[in-house]
Amino acid sequence: MKIDRERLEMLKEIMAVDFSSIELNLYLDTHPMDQKALAIHNDYAIKLMKLKEEYQKKYAPLTHEIISKCPWEWIEEPWPWEIDYEMGGR
Amino acid sequence: MWIYEKKLQYPAWVEGCDLRIAKGLFAQYGGPDSELSAGIRYLSQRYTMPVKEVKAVLTDIGTEEMAHWEIIATLIYKIIDRADPEEMKKAGLDAQYIQHGHDVYPHDAAGVPWTAAYIQAIEDPVTNLTEDMAAEQKARTTYEHLINLTDDRGVIETLSFLREREVVHFQRFGESLRMVQEYMDKKKY
Ligand SMILES: [Fe+2]
Repeated sequence: MKIDRERLEMLKEIMAVDFSSIELNLYLDTHPMDQKALAIHNDYAIKLMKLKEEYQKKYAPLTHEIISKCPWEWIEEPWPWEIDYEMGGR
Repeated sequence: MWIYEKKLQYPAWVEGCDLRIAKGLFAQYGGPDSELSAGIRYLSQRYTMPVKEVKAVLTDIGTEEMAHWEIIATLIYKIIDRADPEEMKKAGLDAQYIQHGHDVYPHDAAGVPWTAAYIQAIEDPVTNLTEDMAAEQKARTTYEHLINLTDDRGVIETLSFLREREVVHFQRFGESLRMVQEYMDKKKY
């Protein structure tokens, strides 16, 4: 399913930033005293929070934990497996 | 607990409709060294893990494996969704079509259903982590075999991402094993 170009770009950016955050999370699990990695993680955490807030305000909920208009917005398509990501990472 | 986020970890894409590789992808969806086995294995092992860092590693990697399981399902779904029964039959997916239609059921590339007998949780943290490291290598090899069997750029790119994750997980489990060994040495003396 095709989605609006700007929305797709923003979703991909969230996916990329979230991935960086996951990677740092795993690294920090076994290197909890690495202050440089911790600082990068915290930068990504702020960036991710802002991006998600903006995306959800503009387009659609990413989780059920946000305020919804009527009708219940969570049920709206597309679901992640239905989206045409158009050449993936690019 | 877990909470669903309406996004994939990686923008999985397919270029064409390589149905043969869709059949192969079931290896990583419901096979012995699949993402499903990995996730269930790590999440089952974390309860008795004595080292706090490694409780985190098992929880976080176990969770990431479930996201990879979803990526594999997405690749399979995107390839087989538009295929008609005749096309599926030609690609060796007739048994899949007869028993599961276009649903993504957890069986391996040969149709063998997933079983918990593929995995172990045996309390000894050294034993558990050694199995986990082997599991990551087996998954990496499976990805390489899959990549060797397709020309679809989307499938190759998506699988290359997943392959790299196995390398990172292996690294983290190696560090975890060293931490557990240090902990056990301290306990002894
Ligand atoms: Fe893994």
